[in-house]
Amino acid sequence: MNAPVHTQLALRHSYFEASARSRVAQLLDAGSFREFLPPEVSQPSPHLAVLGIPGAFDDGVIVGSGQLGGKPVLLIAQEGQFMGGAVGEIHGAKIVGLLRRAIVERPAAVVFMVDSGGVRLHEANAGLIAISEIMRAVLDTRAAGVPVIALVGGSCGAFGGMGIVSRLCSAIVMSEEGRLALSGPEVIETVAGVEEFDSKDRALVWRVTGGKHRYLTGDCAELVEDDAASFRQSTIDLLAGLTEPAPGSSALRTEQKRLTQRRERFAGMRDGLEVWAAMGMARPAEVSLMDRDSLVAVKKGLPA
Amino acid sequence: MENLEFRFTAHPARPAAGAALCGVVGSGNMEILIRPGDEADACTVSIKTSARGFGKIWEAVIADFASRHPVGGTRIAINDMGATPAVVTLRLAQALGDYTGGAQ
Repeated sequence: MNAPVHTQLALRHSYFEASARSRVAQLLDAGSFREFLPPEVSQPSPHLAVLGIPGAFDDGVIVGSGQLGGKPVLLIAQEGQFMGGAVGEIHGAKIVGLLRRAIVERPAAVVFMVDSGGVRLHEANAGLIAISEIMRAVLDTRAAGVPVIALVGGSCGAFGGMGIVSRLCSAIVMSEEGRLALSGPEVIETVAGVEEFDSKDRALVWRVTGGKHRYLTGDCAELVEDDAASFRQSTIDLLAGLTEPAPGSSALRTEQKRLTQRRERFAGMRDGLEVWAAMGMARPAEVSLMDRDSLVAVKKGLPA
Repeated sequence: MENLEFRFTAHPARPAAGAALCGVVGSGNMEILIRPGDEADACTVSIKTSARGFGKIWEAVIADFASRHPVGGTRIAINDMGATPAVVTLRLAQALGDYTGGAQ
């Protein structure tokens, strides 16, 4: 931590800027990744071809196995630069297949590197069905005792169906740059008007959907800097202390009650600033400029 | 979308990997997959591009590349989302570098 600033900068590899393949290489133990259905045997989307849109060989998602901190994991990485990481039929089938494999193979965890706006609308029902199958597969995998860890720090964040999928996972590791929500800012503005939500107001978008807000409200388990090594270390640490509780309705009722109370507590608030003030933060306006460690310290000091 | 197919003669490549992939099908970008081909002194290229009407430019850019690098015995597939000729040349060199283990 005491290295000169220029050295620190040189050592950082932005997770946000990286492609999915380079994220995979930087997350796992060196040389341990083995891809299932690599590009040379995978198939581009037939639906996009019909529409006259070039597909990607891997249909925008990489699945495989590897080691993370010496533990065997299965891994999913969405490529946000291809069609906004959106889930089409083949893309979804690869994810579901990997999750089902996890139930058989019992790795230490499934790491799900989410970078997606949700359903690939070009593929209509096939994409919607794929999302619902992923949701079911995530829950089945967790019910089999295999934790599923979502990593959210890509340019497309986790929106739409993939926002739901992320919250169905055992835990989320997120950077400030990552965003997590249901409807994306542009969608809200289109449907409800700019008075409801101004998607051009980037600072507002991050105060409502960004990693810092999600960390303060407890929607993600860990907040990390936008650095592949930080995502890696945080995921290793998280796995060390994580056990997947046996599925049951009492835990779900407790969680539902907590969320209902939260909705009532922050009802009518339109900006993260208001929420953070209501949580007891003395100077909410300073949150946006804080580094990761300072924000984690501030959260520890907040009233329960 | 436009489908383009080309074939060039070139000195044989010396592969170090079974296949190599470079780039992403994102705006202004493309992905390229190099695999072993059938003829040792020929390179076949098949392109799917979102930009129609640029066949002659593709042919010139790849012919130039094939004349300067040993790419014989390869089958190159490209999915393009509007990459400029400079990006195309860069990606070709990257992919060939990975395919031959940096031996070029």
